[in-house]
Amino acid sequence: MNLLTIDLAAIDWARAQFALTAIYHWLFVPLTLGLGLIMSVMETKYYRTGDSFWRQTAQFWQRLFGINFAMGVATGIILEFEFGTNWSNYSWFVGDIFGAPLAIEGIVAFFMESTFVAVMFFGWEKVSRGFHLASTWLTWLGATISAWWILVANSWMQYPVGCEFNPDTMRNEMTSFFDVALSPFAIDKFCHTVISSWIVGAVFVVAVSSWYLLKRREAEREMALKSIRIAAFVGLIASVLAGATGHKSAQTVAAVQPMKLAAMEALYDGGTAQGLKLVEGIEVPYALSFMATNDFDGFVPGINDILKGYTRADGTVEPSAQEKMNRGRLAIAALQNYRRDAADEKDFLAGKAPDMNFTARKEEQLAILKDNIQYLGYGFIKDEVELVPPVAVNFWAFRVMVGFGGLFILFFVVLLAAIYRFPKALWKDHDIAALPAWHYWLAIILVPCAYICSESGWLVAEFGRQPWTIQDMLPISASVSNIGSAAVATTFWLFLVLFTALLAVEINIMLKQIKKGITNK
Amino acid sequence: MKKSSFWYRAYHLYYDGFRQMTLGRTLWLIIGIKLFIIFIILKLFFFPDFIGQNAEKGREAEFVAKEVAARTP
Repeated sequence: MNLLTIDLAAIDWARAQFALTAIYHWLFVPLTLGLGLIMSVMETKYYRTGDSFWRQTAQFWQRLFGINFAMGVATGIILEFEFGTNWSNYSWFVGDIFGAPLAIEGIVAFFMESTFVAVMFFGWEKVSRGFHLASTWLTWLGATISAWWILVANSWMQYPVGCEFNPDTMRNEMTSFFDVALSPFAIDKFCHTVISSWIVGAVFVVAVSSWYLLKRREAEREMALKSIRIAAFVGLIASVLAGATGHKSAQTVAAVQPMKLAAMEALYDGGTAQGLKLVEGIEVPYALSFMATNDFDGFVPGINDILKGYTRADGTVEPSAQEKMNRGRLAIAALQNYRRDAADEKDFLAGKAPDMNFTARKEEQLAILKDNIQYLGYGFIKDEVELVPPVAVNFWAFRVMVGFGGLFILFFVVLLAAIYRFPKALWKDHDIAALPAWHYWLAIILVPCAYICSESGWLVAEFGRQPWTIQDMLPISASVSNIGSAAVATTFWLFLVLFTALLAVEINIMLKQIKKGITNK
Repeated sequence: MKKSSFWYRAYHLYYDGFRQMTLGRTLWLIIGIKLFIIFIILKLFFFPDFIGQNAEKGREAEFVAKEVAARTP
């Protein structure tokens, strides 16, 4: 097998390094998106009431936002370095598609965030209340728009649309910017990812506030109580919406990445009226069919169905893995023949070779390539087993994500019930500001849970699309650069040290700032 | 430059803001160190442009075609 010409360990190290970088990067992003929203709501309260309490409160949360923002700056840029070094074939393949969204992201991030962040931190005494409020909202909006473009790029890898492969340049070229930017996959991913980040922000605010209540800090008591109230509303709305957008995402995944859905459910043999497993052996009847198709009797293919081929509800036939692999090989052979004919034609035009009717030959190869291009990636697959993602990781990551999601809905419902003392009989002897300590500790413990929930979502998204870097078009084995594993392993450990140090610094500064409290002394 | 002009006020916003920073100083220091590590050390020494280094200028597509072809079973 030709794959043996590359260092196979390099593939694993490159994947591990990318996963490490992405996971660490995602520790900073959701808090920026979530806390950004909550601090903006708080400043809006100040704008509307003119009460200096809300100004102090907004400033306090903005300080914590600033720490997280500063720690997260540029951690994502390393992913782009990795594309160029470890994933050069992939990088070349997608260059034209990724260029536009990432350039927009860079420009928006730089100009919008840097301008309005400065006004937000430096402008309290220098600009009007309205302008300052607008800057705070625009800081959050800038971060959210940045996330949009990054998620558009990621979504294209999962559902490549709005493009055409050019065999001369070996690149995918964009044919429709709007198809790329507004693909259903991108919209679902954006809504689910950003909204679930609000949960992280809400849990964080509740946890920090709970700590003040736990420590009986009088100076922060009012801020803590009012912050919890706002965060509880944001958290509940976000948790419910994350469930709804998650349901919509599952349907999109069922349509365009059925193997991912089958792996999430460890569903080997599918069918109609499928139940959703809570854990192996216990399931909710019909729930998987409903989740995937909005129909309790809907057909959901399992891993074996996808490998063997199956007929969809609309009567269309999904070819077997073997047929896709055969057609992928036809596509690769046609691509190679086309490129060889194109090179020979150049020689002919330069007077170095006789005419062999190159134009007709190229067109013939191009036609074969176009007929089979949707299965190009399958031509690199040696054994159909390679097409099955890691089932256990997908299965459990999905359950962790959904389980914590359900827990957060419950948590915020109970929290709001406690705040508003509803029903009165249940809460009459309880004051939210003077609960037994374990209540506050529970809220604090939910912070790592929120991060685990958020990261689990990414594990499902990224493990579930294996072995593809671009769905059906390019597998990881063809995407990776022909580099030594030692070089990638070195940078892996380097990143581990760097990011862990950054995280430790962030936590340290954050805790010090929290201890200082609202007065910042 | 007039003190009431937009550019003066914008300059003053940043100038005063940076001058009066407390926590911000620490954060900027960390950002500076981080950017130095990322763009100077990591990018220059550990993350070369693989295709740029290994393919002839203008023949990158050919290089990628060969690399990809070598990965077929």
